[in-house]
Amino acid sequence: MNKLTVSLSPHIHSADSTRKIMRDVLIAMAPAWLVSVWFFGISVIILTVAGVAACMLTEWLITRFMMKRKSTVSDLSAVVTGVLLALNLPPSSPWWLIVIGSIFSIGVVKMSFGGLGQNIFNPAIAGRVFLLISFPTLMTDWTRPAPLIGSVDAVSGATPLAVVNEGLAKGLTLDQIFTQNDFSSLEMLFVRIGGSIGEVSAIALILGFVYLLVRKVVKPHIPLAILCTIFVFSGIFWLIDPQQYTNPLFNLLTGGVLLGSFFMATDYATSPMGKTAMVIYGIGIGLITMIIRYFGSYPEGISFAILIMNSVVPLLNKYVKPRKFGR
Amino acid sequence: MRKRTFSIGGVHPNDHKIARDCAIEDLPLAPIFSVSMSQHLGAPANPVVAAGDKVRTGQIIGEPSGFISAYVHSPVSGTVKSVAPRANLLGHKIVHVDIEVEGDEWMEDIDRTPDIVREITLDREQILDRIKKCGVVGLGGATFPTHVKLSPPPGKKADVLILNGAECEPYLTSDYRIMLERGEEIVIGAEIMKKALEVDRVVIGIEENKPEAIENMLRITASHPGIEVMALKKRYPQGGEKQLINAVTGRQVPSMKLPIDAGAVVQNVGTSLAVYEAVQKNKPLIDNVLTVTGECCPQQRNLRVRVGTPLSFILEQSGGMPKDAVKIISGGPMMGWAISNLEATTVKSTSSLLCLTAEQTLRKEEGNCIRCGKCVDACPMGLEPYLLNRLARARKLDELEENAIYDCIECGCCLYSCPANIPLLDTIRVYKREVLAIMKNRASATAK
Repeated sequence: MNKLTVSLSPHIHSADSTRKIMRDVLIAMAPAWLVSVWFFGISVIILTVAGVAACMLTEWLITRFMMKRKSTVSDLSAVVTGVLLALNLPPSSPWWLIVIGSIFSIGVVKMSFGGLGQNIFNPAIAGRVFLLISFPTLMTDWTRPAPLIGSVDAVSGATPLAVVNEGLAKGLTLDQIFTQNDFSSLEMLFVRIGGSIGEVSAIALILGFVYLLVRKVVKPHIPLAILCTIFVFSGIFWLIDPQQYTNPLFNLLTGGVLLGSFFMATDYATSPMGKTAMVIYGIGIGLITMIIRYFGSYPEGISFAILIMNSVVPLLNKYVKPRKFGR
Repeated sequence: MRKRTFSIGGVHPNDHKIARDCAIEDLPLAPIFSVSMSQHLGAPANPVVAAGDKVRTGQIIGEPSGFISAYVHSPVSGTVKSVAPRANLLGHKIVHVDIEVEGDEWMEDIDRTPDIVREITLDREQILDRIKKCGVVGLGGATFPTHVKLSPPPGKKADVLILNGAECEPYLTSDYRIMLERGEEIVIGAEIMKKALEVDRVVIGIEENKPEAIENMLRITASHPGIEVMALKKRYPQGGEKQLINAVTGRQVPSMKLPIDAGAVVQNVGTSLAVYEAVQKNKPLIDNVLTVTGECCPQQRNLRVRVGTPLSFILEQSGGMPKDAVKIISGGPMMGWAISNLEATTVKSTSSLLCLTAEQTLRKEEGNCIRCGKCVDACPMGLEPYLLNRLARARKLDELEENAIYDCIECGCCLYSCPANIPLLDTIRVYKREVLAIMKNRASATAK
């Protein structure tokens, strides 16, 4: 006679798990990461390994010795944070920079709120902003991407948005800046834009995002809302004065917009639950990003925009509810 | 044509209809039957036989004890051994009539010929009376007495009768089999209910994963004006009453209201067959079709089983207890009940014995909520299960009510889709009862 188990329904499960979701996110980040390895070589691998190791170790130590509970490292969320943080740094960053960022991301931003799902701010974004404020020189020293195998050596320089800001400050027109820096070429924009490790290739980022959509890990609402808002906002200003305000396509493809909207703004714990709330959240990020870019002193802006909107999420969840059946 | 479905939420479990090609067989009679007096929603029936009485198949052994209650008939002929409380398949003590089987002598007024009676001679009142006398209850799961459902309260009127052939639960195939094998009787049953409800339109909703059933019902309904077959997308819980009405008519039953408030009455296809047998053949509801299934079962079977058959007897007759089974479920895997007592017996609505292995059914360890929102997307009532779970664990009853916990239909989509294995429905179910009780008390207090 078998021993029968009794429990309430449902008796089957979709077999979805936190670990599988995190694995999908890692797979989705792979194309962007590989492109980066192609352009910047071993330094990307060192940074990533250092970030992942520091994130996992920090989480393990905290769960084991401070919270005194079973380690949650195996759910792979710490790995995701480590890789994301690496994708957010300049390729020339020293290894200890990402270690400091990782300890902050996991220790302060994630675990002090109770760990996975409990944090208010996206750990990788908060880690990046922490480093940006603490080590401004290191964090704005960008290398212009050039393939490892090829004649051109990697050149140190600023990101396209920083170049534009500097140029405008010197009184140059956008036409002059774009021609000097080769910013108009589509190959440049889609395949090897300057910036952090993760945003070298727009194509690779889009590919990863499509994978997330196909696997139903994320919904398109947040990224689309961000991208549309940035497009419309910058479009209006660009039409008014194309010599002072950068064009919409340039704004979408530079300064971490794609990386931020695909992989950071869609972070489960720090984004809203309902679809309407997601759209509001996305529009908020888009607007704040553009306000910072056009009127603020930081050239990029999306990191701050995401952090600010992170803090609005509890309100959105409370007041913007999904539509109920029969009402 | 684009196939229709309900508008919010839902999940797509693998359908596992491995018993679909097994024709319905009659299960031999067990030596002893134990018939529950509570096989329907509402007050239990009062037993009208005593130990030592001789009964015949189809004889009344229990009478309704209230408006929402139902007759119970003897499924076999023989001698009553006892009338006493006994554990049902959930372990609840319920009065059962135990009958030792002797032969199979039926009441004489029951038409046992296989001929199909097409002409409906009874009028509305006679139809309702016959359905009541034959103890017909809803076989979709809720077991609401059918004659009550077919008599809308004064001032309310249905304009459509929906036959539920969705069978959206994985594994279950009994509705599919009767639509293939007893299609014409089901359609005549629909005609009878159409007459009783005085509606012009009947829709038979069937999910697209049963093309043979759709085809068969289309062929039969071709000669029945006013009865149409609608193919629906495969999506759970399409067979939920509110979801089916939404899929078929586009209307949403308002919160806390009944289907009749959306102008619809829903009956399961099995109920329609029982209505046919009751009205046209004078046969009470003493048997139903049940699926014995599960990958670990030695045999997949669709069986016509008399009410009151011991579950252990059904398993014995189907190749024995599967070795790897750790859970046996009465009903489907999404909403069925895990059985603790195989000595219990079947009731009118027992639609399956589903055997699952540890790997298929045991729950995994609960993790942190990652706020992925999959439960919100899956909820067909548009609720926020993660929030209800959190509020329930904090016992915030006011906020649970504000967030409409009472609308939960307990379909299980939230727990099914939760990647962190949080027992969302377990907590929601408990607190839904508590909140509903408070709301009821408050309503009766303000009424005074």
